[in-house]
Amino acid sequence: MGELQFLTWVRGSGLNLALTIFVVGVLWRLIEIYGLGRKKDLSASRSTPGASGWATILRRSLPPPGMLPASPVSYIGGYVFHVGLAVVVFLFAPHIALLTSIAGVVWPALPSQVVDFVTVVTMAAMIAVLVDRLFKPVKRFLSTFGDWFTWTLTFLPLLTGWLAVHHLLLPYTLMLAVHILSVELLLVFLPFTKLFHAFTVFGSRWFNGAVNGHKGVPV
Amino acid sequence: MDLLEYRATRTKTVGEALEQHGIDRRDFLKLCAAMATLLALPASAAEQLAVALAKARRPSVIWLSFQECTGCTESLTRSHSPSLESLIFDMISLDYHHTLQAASGEAAEAAREAAMKENAGKYLVAVDGSVPMGNPGYSTIAGVANIDVLRETAKDAAAILAVGTCAAYGGLPAAQPNPTGAVAISELIKDKPVVNIPGCPPIPTVITGVIAHYLAFGALPELDALGRPKAFYGETIHDRCYRRPFYDQGKFAETFDDEGARRGWCLFKLGCKGPVTYNACATMKWNGGVSFPIQSGHGCIGCSEPNFWDAGGFYEALSMPAHPLKVGAAAAAAGVAAGAAVTFFNRKKKGAAKAGHETTTLEDLER
Repeated sequence: MGELQFLTWVRGSGLNLALTIFVVGVLWRLIEIYGLGRKKDLSASRSTPGASGWATILRRSLPPPGMLPASPVSYIGGYVFHVGLAVVVFLFAPHIALLTSIAGVVWPALPSQVVDFVTVVTMAAMIAVLVDRLFKPVKRFLSTFGDWFTWTLTFLPLLTGWLAVHHLLLPYTLMLAVHILSVELLLVFLPFTKLFHAFTVFGSRWFNGAVNGHKGVPV
Repeated sequence: MDLLEYRATRTKTVGEALEQHGIDRRDFLKLCAAMATLLALPASAAEQLAVALAKARRPSVIWLSFQECTGCTESLTRSHSPSLESLIFDMISLDYHHTLQAASGEAAEAAREAAMKENAGKYLVAVDGSVPMGNPGYSTIAGVANIDVLRETAKDAAAILAVGTCAAYGGLPAAQPNPTGAVAISELIKDKPVVNIPGCPPIPTVITGVIAHYLAFGALPELDALGRPKAFYGETIHDRCYRRPFYDQGKFAETFDDEGARRGWCLFKLGCKGPVTYNACATMKWNGGVSFPIQSGHGCIGCSEPNFWDAGGFYEALSMPAHPLKVGAAAAAAGVAAGAAVTFFNRKKKGAAKAGHETTTLEDLER
């Protein structure tokens, strides 16, 4: 298989396969999680659970008091790489072209130099977070295979995309194909790893806040 | 030109032939400097090129046409006198070429055989078109299958030039479902050096540039992994495109007649394959350096890359799916069904646990 054939495969059959697994996986997991149900709480609500849910969504997006100085890499690194990922994925012109072709939606892109800079910053933040996880004994103890695996799955598309744009390591055609393949791997594994938090994070935060509010601990 | 005069012309050196055409030394040195630049050689190579070219015997070139459209020949002949292309054209002795030779039938075949005999081991074979291996009868010349003509002619050749994407990689005839079983020349000839000069058609100066290199240095130019001369196919169209700054600024033409198109913005979103196409169009251009497809407002279709016909729609951006996606209702239904099935079993398990729950009494605790 030549380079262009490989690229055509990842843009065709590979993309179809990955998106199919992604759609099946996301719907499966969402229905599974929300279908578990909870025991009906017969007690009267002590507070306003809904508002507490929304407050928790916001509160847990911010570091708890005193935690930022105690674990700066986790918080700052975490913010930087999450915001950076969103910028790179959703504001790079070729990515928007893909989303437009799939969903018909369109919005303005950032200049590629800006996206390039954000990519480098995002990769640096991810490496800092990884090093922190490697060298902090407690973090390392708590880490499982899933943590290392999902870090790699997230980092590879950034790295390969950046290498492709800068024509490094491999010919552009091959690197572009590897980049798209790495994104497809991410799509395939996202529903079945902790990366699924992309879909569940706000729902679960709302639920925790709502339960606490119901019990009289509005937060 | 009678036969004697013709033979005399064929044995002349390049220098003599050019002199006969009224090209003086100054023009010749200019040509050599330009050729050295085209071939990405150092400036000092121009002098070497001049010395070597002046002394070189005009090599015999046999041009074979198989499953092709003659576009490559059309390209080669689009030389505007006294362009570099036509000058170089005077440097070779084109002894056999269906489209350009006056002879036909047996006389034509006799010319090929004579050239092969006289120049055994020294002649160049240029091939345009792919070879059908599905059935030899799909393409024949004088009743002889392409593969047989190729093997016979290549046997005593110094080197083979696979001109055009069909000869280099199979091209259009090899596009899915490849009804004739078309294959590239390099897949059939393994014992001779094969230079791929892909393009649909290739740039004329690239064809002649490779011949000039061979003439001057007695060797073929350095090739890349796909058998292409690095001097011409070393960089992508995108990297040398004059519209590249617009790509970097995120300024794209969305349709062929919008404001962006009128302002000459990047054609990436309209399907330009420049980023994955290695060729010299953006720098050498066509028709005597007048323009190239992107300059005239159409994206690159990637015609010098293997399998470009099967590489998705010409008007789909590289970041878009190559073919319409087939993920749809079936995938969603499967996801919902899987979720529902797991939920059913989870609830059943929960129900069974609830049903099997034994109430702990005070007696149990005191027991």
